[in-house]
Amino acid sequence: MSGRVVATLRRVGLSLLGPAIAVAVAMAISAVVIALIGEDPLEALEVMVDLGETPRAEVQSIVVIFNRAIPLFLSGLAVSIAFRMGLFNIGVEGQYRLATLVAAAAGAAVVLPAPLHVLFVIVVAMAVGAGWAGIAAVLKVTRGVSEVISSIMLNAIALGLAAYLVVGPFRGSAETASIVSTTPLPESAHVPPLTGLLTGLGLAEPRSELFGFLVIALVVGVLVAVLLARTRFGFDLRATGLSPSAASASGVNARTMTVKAMLLSGAVAGLVGLPQLLGSTYVYSTEFTAGLGFTGIAVALLGRNNPLGIAVAALLFAFLDRAALPLQSIDIPSSVVTIIQGTIVLSVVIANEVARRLARRSAEREAAAVTGAPPDPGSGSAPGNGPDGTQRVGATLPETTEPRA
Amino acid sequence: MAAPGGPPAHEGEGERSAAPAVELRGITKRFPGVVANRDIELRVRRGEVHAIVGENGAGKSTLMKTLYGEHRPDEGQILVDGREVSFRSPSDAIAAGIGMVHQHFMLADYFTVLENVVLGSEPTRGGRLDRAAARRRITEISERYNLGLDPDALVEDLGVGDRQRVEIAKVLYRNARILILDEPTAVLVPQEVDELFGNLAELKREGLTVIFISHKLDEVRRVADSITVIRRGTTVGSADPRTTSTRQLAEMMVGSELPTPETRTSTVRETPVLTLSSVTVAGIGGRAPVEDVSLTVREGEVVGIAGVEGNGQAELVDAIMGLRPLSGGTVSFLGDDITTWSTRARREAGIGFIPEDRHRQGMLLEAPLWENRVLGHQTRPPAAKGWFIDRRSARADTERIMQQYDVRAPGPDTLAVALSGGNQQKLIVGREMSAGPRLLVAAHPTRGVDVGAQAVIWGLLKAARREGLGIVLISADLDELIGLSDSLHVMLRGRLVARLDPDGVTPEDLGGYMTGARTAEDAA
Repeated sequence: MSGRVVATLRRVGLSLLGPAIAVAVAMAISAVVIALIGEDPLEALEVMVDLGETPRAEVQSIVVIFNRAIPLFLSGLAVSIAFRMGLFNIGVEGQYRLATLVAAAAGAAVVLPAPLHVLFVIVVAMAVGAGWAGIAAVLKVTRGVSEVISSIMLNAIALGLAAYLVVGPFRGSAETASIVSTTPLPESAHVPPLTGLLTGLGLAEPRSELFGFLVIALVVGVLVAVLLARTRFGFDLRATGLSPSAASASGVNARTMTVKAMLLSGAVAGLVGLPQLLGSTYVYSTEFTAGLGFTGIAVALLGRNNPLGIAVAALLFAFLDRAALPLQSIDIPSSVVTIIQGTIVLSVVIANEVARRLARRSAEREAAAVTGAPPDPGSGSAPGNGPDGTQRVGATLPETTEPRA
Repeated sequence: MAAPGGPPAHEGEGERSAAPAVELRGITKRFPGVVANRDIELRVRRGEVHAIVGENGAGKSTLMKTLYGEHRPDEGQILVDGREVSFRSPSDAIAAGIGMVHQHFMLADYFTVLENVVLGSEPTRGGRLDRAAARRRITEISERYNLGLDPDALVEDLGVGDRQRVEIAKVLYRNARILILDEPTAVLVPQEVDELFGNLAELKREGLTVIFISHKLDEVRRVADSITVIRRGTTVGSADPRTTSTRQLAEMMVGSELPTPETRTSTVRETPVLTLSSVTVAGIGGRAPVEDVSLTVREGEVVGIAGVEGNGQAELVDAIMGLRPLSGGTVSFLGDDITTWSTRARREAGIGFIPEDRHRQGMLLEAPLWENRVLGHQTRPPAAKGWFIDRRSARADTERIMQQYDVRAPGPDTLAVALSGGNQQKLIVGREMSAGPRLLVAAHPTRGVDVGAQAVIWGLLKAARREGLGIVLISADLDELIGLSDSLHVMLRGRLVARLDPDGVTPEDLGGYMTGARTAEDAA
């Protein structure tokens, strides 16, 4: 038993090693960049970790970080579900934008009691996200179109469609308003904030409210984690990601699996805009936060497609985003934050691969100690190691190109 | 035979031109956690065919990679023509006159023979490929060593034997004086083996040295001038092929008594398990990979399918497993027409599957063993409980399989990639047997596993057959096919061309049917 615990600890340690090295390397590179533009990296670091001068300002910073981290977490989760299966859902951006808009319009159009109204908005958003992702899935299984290409294209269509819908049929704001938006959601569709929880803990009251959607996001995170790690469905999905050919030989239908995984990924993507919609703006407008879907890809990479890791990665990215403003106050361009995030993503890809090799070697050494026989790792190309170092991306269906008769 | 463990004895008489072509002294090569080669001693005289024999996994390939500069030994010396050398890469080895013909051909299908041969060391004139010069050299090599190559033929159109000769020409083109052939006969049928041996004789006559790696002892005895035996990573002795019997050699190789695949008493019962009628699989353009195949497997019967690889066996397996749609015919299993069933439904109904390529279809290499126990059985206990994977019983059952089927690994949480081929295969066999199948589709069940594991797997198949399991056996190992099968079919270009009685057939006969040199009419 204790041997297993040690082995598990070692494995966990090795899987943390990659992201940790990546973050450290990214920090070092960013320090060099800051030094090159003639500023002091240490001062920049100080500003970044300084959450505020008064207790109230500190709590406010924490709320800002959390409110940013919640959608990033959901977005990372959505990307990771597809990743786990070897699919690259770049379309989260379009899926959440369209889902949020339709959910905002639909939510404003119906009258329902409070909890049901929130549920209604959530279900609509998930359905729209799933539907939009489903287009890419269907194109893939029936016509062999790479989901990478189709989801990028669908992003462009979704953004255009959303822009049209918000100024057209779903317009709720006055003709003269400077920002075009949907009709505001009624009180019954608001998710109450969790700020009371913070003040209840004896913290100072922040200026902004902490999104109550945090609770829903956590529930979704746990559900996805259990689904992937413990269920038959999750096993089929992960097996397909590790080796599509072995999964089909084991009886997994690659086509239905592709469709299911994309639908699930899209459904979670549909939730990405809801913390903001149901917690602060109550409308979808042309000013609605953009880019969460793309950042989600980086978050999923950094979190190694593990829900807990994604939560940590989302917090880190949110922390960096918050630092953009204070950095400007000491004359460091906020794009330094973008540089840090970019280098994290690049180094995480490399570091994950290094960590994966270390893990593999340690497993081989362990096995060799027992048997004395050399391992048989195949002809140098273990199936499916994608850019995230753990799963392969852009997996193809088995050779059969025609749908079954 | 020299004393095991000691260095090969010097050939006292006629120590020609002093230094041997290749000499290895005390070569040791370690990989993390394992010593692949230990204290290797090898002397290869100039102008001989020297065979290196040993079981799969004994360390032959590691040794040859050392000699070919693909990695560097941790200890020991390599001497070529009496001079110590140190290879940093295969190009150093090539420069020293050593060439390697790999077991898996490394040829570009859509290039001509000429283009393949010169690839990487093209003669150029004014920055362009000098085809005329290349053609001259290749024709000269082909004639000198009797390789019979047409420089303008597309490699795609060549048979296996010709492709191998292209590989040999490639090596000769780079002025190799010492050729390493890694399991060259593994992909050949007996007639092609004869041709290869003819070519080797030509090479020898021209004074070239050939190092021939194999585990097929009869062939080794036919072709080699001297033999070095490797067991468990070290040289255990050398043998003279004229005075050593195959059995003696095998015992040196294995270090113990030999297993045989033979099953003598028939256990065939009446009830058919699997019936294929006129099964046809459509290809992507061109001729169908499987055409009009009909066969029946009864309870307790092993139906062997022989054939040169690529004659439709893989597609036939896919058709039985539901991995590839049929364009005609029906598959029925225990009386049910399962033609349209999914792979999962077929597996649940009781079809076990040992795939041809365990890395591609049989395992999740980067997953722990217990997840590999679940693979293919994820809808049934002990792997599943309702909609959930039952981790606890899957782990427990993995431990049972490891014990019962002698899978050597630290525990169920070890990654599959860390296991040796034999242990991976035993896990797969154990997993498939554990579900109590009624039919087992076994494609090359002992490919790439060592003799010990091979005996275990044969034993398991025999025991299951006694219990009434029907087995479809596809193998490239003709002895295995003849030894295990109750009835034997030969597959050629997608069709079953002959049905033979395994009791009365020799590997040579079988080879004749496999290449189409003989037909069923001859047998009648």
